[in-house]
Amino acid sequence: MQPIVQPGMQPVATTFFFYFLSGLTLLSGVLVITRKSPVHSALALIFGLLTQAGLYLMLYAPFVAGVQIILYAGGIMVLFLFVIMLVNLERSQKEEQFNKQWLIGLLAAIALGALFIIVYVKGKSFFPVGIPQPIESNNTQQIGVMLYGQYMFAFEIASLLLLVAIIGAVVMAKKRI
Amino acid sequence: MSPIGTVHYLVVAAALLILGVIGVLTRRNVVIILMSIELILNAVNLNLVAFSRLWGLHGQVFAIFVITDAAAEAAVGLGILIAFFRNKETVNVDEIDLLKW
Repeated sequence: MQPIVQPGMQPVATTFFFYFLSGLTLLSGVLVITRKSPVHSALALIFGLLTQAGLYLMLYAPFVAGVQIILYAGGIMVLFLFVIMLVNLERSQKEEQFNKQWLIGLLAAIALGALFIIVYVKGKSFFPVGIPQPIESNNTQQIGVMLYGQYMFAFEIASLLLLVAIIGAVVMAKKRI
Repeated sequence: MSPIGTVHYLVVAAALLILGVIGVLTRRNVVIILMSIELILNAVNLNLVAFSRLWGLHGQVFAIFVITDAAAEAAVGLGILIAFFRNKETVNVDEIDLLKW
């Protein structure tokens, strides 16, 4: 299958949109982990998922961007909001929001970040250099062919996983079986 | 300014993953911990899609599998949360100590 390259479709203002979208994504990430009310956290997370879908579009991945909006922002986050409303969180909002080991946790996360920085700065030569792929206009079709061809087995396993998750969620959440 | 390359996306994904790790390690509320796990999975997805720009569509297919896993994980995790809240009337992780003696 030949990827169809469309000439004359150059992206506009890539730098601005990259910094704009990634800044909004990181800002909403910070809001997710600092807000007191879980509803505010969930709304910030939905916003972050949408801006991240924009980043996917900038990486020429329209199908993943659509799946991100429909499945994540539309499906999983609605599940989160439902559970927040089922569970009475009035009491926990008045309590301490961070646990006793928060300093150790923060230090561990900073150590992980330092590790990333070291790897990215020092280990550049270890990464093999890839060639930018030609932009294909039939992205969704190619992903479908790969899902039902090369990744057939993984696809079936994923369907089994979802079945197990459905049954597990019902068994957990039901009062009496 | 330099053109935006793969490394820029990797840095954003790393920062997002660090935010998720901080959320998991420091928050007490289980719902927010689950949301932080979603943040971590999203950082991984951003990495995969950024690399799929260089190595073909495999990364995007894998990102879809990661989203499937995130859906399954959220469903089971929130089911456990509801079952636990019914028994103990709390959503704080440091009060979840039923298996501790």
